Amino acid sequence: MGIRAVAVEAYREALPALLLSAVGGLLAGLVLGGMRGELRAVPGLLVLVPALLATRGNVYGALGARLSTGLHQGLIEPNLRIGDARVRAAIAASVGNGLLAASFAATAAYVALSTLGRPVAPLGDLVGVALLAGVLSGLALVVAVVTVVFVGYRRGRNPDTLVGPIVTTTGDVFGVAFLLLAVRVVVGVA
Amino acid sequence: MVWTVRGITRAMLPVLLALTLVEVGSGLVLGAFETTLLRYPSLLVLVPVTIGTAGNLGSILAARLSTAFHLGLLSFSPADDRLAGNALATAGLAVTLFPAVGVGAWALSSLTGGTRLALVTVVTVATASGVSLALLAVVVAVLATYAAYRLGLDPDDVVIPVVTNTCDVLGVAVLFVVVGVLV
Repeated sequence: MGIRAVAVEAYREALPALLLSAVGGLLAGLVLGGMRGELRAVPGLLVLVPALLATRGNVYGALGARLSTGLHQGLIEPNLRIGDARVRAAIAASVGNGLLAASFAATAAYVALSTLGRPVAPLGDLVGVALLAGVLSGLALVVAVVTVVFVGYRRGRNPDTLVGPIVTTTGDVFGVAFLLLAVRVVVGVA
Repeated sequence: MVWTVRGITRAMLPVLLALTLVEVGSGLVLGAFETTLLRYPSLLVLVPVTIGTAGNLGSILAARLSTAFHLGLLSFSPADDRLAGNALATAGLAVTLFPAVGVGAWALSSLTGGTRLALVTVVTVATASGVSLALLAVVVAVLATYAAYRLGLDPDDVVIPVVTNTCDVLGVAVLFVVVGVLV
């Protein structure tokens, strides 16, 4: 295979998923652009944004990969009932680890900003916002990942190729939207 | 593979917390130009999509290099067809996506009535960031795949999270530099 053939194949394979995820990213950006009031009112919130968005990908991308491997190995069944102990453990571990990472990110951002002498909201506000946003977007992502992996598998698609774009797209949109909701609930910014 | 909460947590949490710290670092860079971002909403709209697309470009390239490596099709030489072809595709994808992302960010922020930057400026910022990021993503993905190979690790386990998060951070850093130069 020549360089040109490799490049054309790689380009064609990647473009649709990247476009879908760019649309999701722009929608997330639209919400973030509308959050200027909240970002001004809660100093340190913007510092948390990359960590909170990346946690979604790191945690729920891993959940998707795990469920997908489990299906391929015949360890779990593609049923949408949550009775299966393995599926339940994988979901509980993802949500738990996601929340630990969110509160860790809030604490680390608070410590870093205080040390640098930059303005920062109270630690309780940042952790509260990170945890509430983590719970809400975690539940949305569990539903999205489990549905896409199981339904995709039953329809004969390889779940491995579905997980990445779905997690990035829903993760970005839900991540920022629930962050906005969490700020309004926890800090009460109108 | 262990399917208990404890087993999964033991495998996942240390790496997750380390990656979270790296992302907080990129957040601190973002915080350093918060004033500019809040003044120009079209730049704020660019933030998630730039980070996401940079991470995606890196992870797709890393996944393809890993697979080629597992199949014995990859040699780490600049003359290698797969390496050069995939690098070329990454550059092509960046040149296609980022100008469109710039137009999208400008259009969305003008719909919400917050635009203060010209369309040309936003598209130039997006394109310049995107092209620099594609070059960095290629370097990071190739180095990480090569390091995994030399250390005897499975590239699938290690390379993708490392490359995705590194590209996230580079996305913010590059945006910071480009905005500093152009805006």
